[in-house]
Amino acid sequence: MTPFTVLTSVAAPLLRDNVDTDAIIPSREMKSTGKTGLAAGLFAPWRYLSPGSRDPDPAFVLNQPRYAGARILLGGDNFGCGSSREHAVWALAEYGIRAIIAPSFAPIFAGNCIRNGVLPVVLDQGSIAAIAAVNEPVRIDLAQQQVEAGSQRWTFAIGAEAKAMLLEGLDGIELTLKHRERIAAFQRADRLARPWIYFSTQP
Amino acid sequence: MDHIVDTRRGRNDQTLMPGGQAFITETRSAAREAGITLFDVTDPDQGIVHVISPELGIVLPGCTLIAPDSHTCTQGAFGALAWGIGSSEAEHALATGALRLSRPKTLRVTFTGVLPAGVTAKDLILKLIARHGAGGGKGHVVEFAGETVTALDMEARMTLCNMATEFSAMTGIVAPDEKTFAWLEGRRYAPTGELRVQALKHWQSLRTDDGAQFDAEILIDANSIEPMVSWGTSPEHSIGISGTVPSGAPERALTYIGLESGQRLAGTPIDAAFIGSCTNSRLSDLRRAAALLKGRRVAPGVKALCVPGSMHVKRAAEAEGLDVIFEQAGFEWRESGCSMCFYAGGESFPPGSRVISSTNRNFEGRQGPNIRTHIASPEVVAASAIAGCIADPRELRP
Repeated sequence: MTPFTVLTSVAAPLLRDNVDTDAIIPSREMKSTGKTGLAAGLFAPWRYLSPGSRDPDPAFVLNQPRYAGARILLGGDNFGCGSSREHAVWALAEYGIRAIIAPSFAPIFAGNCIRNGVLPVVLDQGSIAAIAAVNEPVRIDLAQQQVEAGSQRWTFAIGAEAKAMLLEGLDGIELTLKHRERIAAFQRADRLARPWIYFSTQP
Repeated sequence: MDHIVDTRRGRNDQTLMPGGQAFITETRSAAREAGITLFDVTDPDQGIVHVISPELGIVLPGCTLIAPDSHTCTQGAFGALAWGIGSSEAEHALATGALRLSRPKTLRVTFTGVLPAGVTAKDLILKLIARHGAGGGKGHVVEFAGETVTALDMEARMTLCNMATEFSAMTGIVAPDEKTFAWLEGRRYAPTGELRVQALKHWQSLRTDDGAQFDAEILIDANSIEPMVSWGTSPEHSIGISGTVPSGAPERALTYIGLESGQRLAGTPIDAAFIGSCTNSRLSDLRRAAALLKGRRVAPGVKALCVPGSMHVKRAAEAEGLDVIFEQAGFEWRESGCSMCFYAGGESFPPGSRVISSTNRNFEGRQGPNIRTHIASPEVVAASAIAGCIADPRELRP
């Protein structure tokens, strides 16, 4: 996973509440069983003029020249709600989005972001409106947990584990396998304490 | 596979959904290679995962259960910590037997009072989401508690927990009780004999301590809840069926759905009616809908479908003659699967249709291009199918 340290980019405002993962990438755009080839389907229902077409809707934020190449997205409350499809994050990442700033994220979506090198930044609505109003690139420094736009600066909170994984581009599986012994010991003890949980104990 | 497989009669690996067949055959061979039990397309136990896992006694009180599907929270109804994850986390769990998780915050939602006739668990959860917002759960684990919840049967508790994800909760959970234990008895993967005795002792201990402190609490009076229907493009856009579209409703949602503030929902003409999904496709759901459909006909011009949640549900419904009631009323009676709860290029209604649906998501395009979805209980779907417009099931009762 590509580490996330500092990112500077224009920030595209998509200031709607409850942006769901069906809107981020509809099921019909998830054509393969893999993680690639999804960027063209990103926000397909809003980005293109008609279903299935590739004619850009000029009104949609990512189609506006001033937001071309945006790597930061500004969102509304409960961003990424709905289906757990990780394709939503894969599509965002493949398109080039590396950070999303929103007042809140749906929990599965936030977890998917962190596992794919995309930083979910939680800031209040007022701060996001202020960032959107500043007509300058936005700088996000993960180590400092700071967002800067123009002369203004905001601090954000993030869990220590998520921060470490993003900063160092760590793979969760590798981290967990370091605890292989403890996991096995738990399972041995649990198998004795709650044998009914384990299918192998069934007749 | 539940999302992919067709629900038309005589189905096989081929799907209306582009790429579906490849998905099914790749999943099948991967499962075989890894030695993982697969409830395949033609398996008598096939169905929606959140329906068949309880049916088979795979979910048990006190277990942790994960699946790469947001509605895994359904199974919290059994007092399990069951939640949806992404593909990377699923890979992580398969590779390590564990997940990395920070202890979630807790929220208790207590429902008091008695559900009025014609009001269901679907209406409880829609009321909660309408009142506190689709983001209101804030990643907390939600315990559904109170006399109203205790009085619900297991299938209704599953409906309640199913939409915890629509509340942006990590999951929902109900304390297991005698109903839970009785429901699980004799299920294929549930413990029997001495193991069940041991398990019961443990399960009976799984309840919130008196005086326990939650990070947040919500109290809802169930006595005054009406059948709920969504008017917009988020489950939080829901109102009682006698209500009107609120003033100040988001313009974007109104434009998509084709309604105006102040407009009554009841009486809005519909093109289609759908009963199915992991929210409301179990035997009790079909029974309640059939009770309203019996001896009645779907309004002319309304396309109506019933998709049982599992082949087990389908067979049980057929044994009671429910299929005949649905078909005589003008509903299609399908094989089980997720079907038109969502659209991926396969099964769908004509673009732009207005659909009354027992599903969980009324997002833009969720059921197909420009399709306008109104989510509600199976009772509301059945009553509306008969009336040809959004209708209150309480007015149909004899």
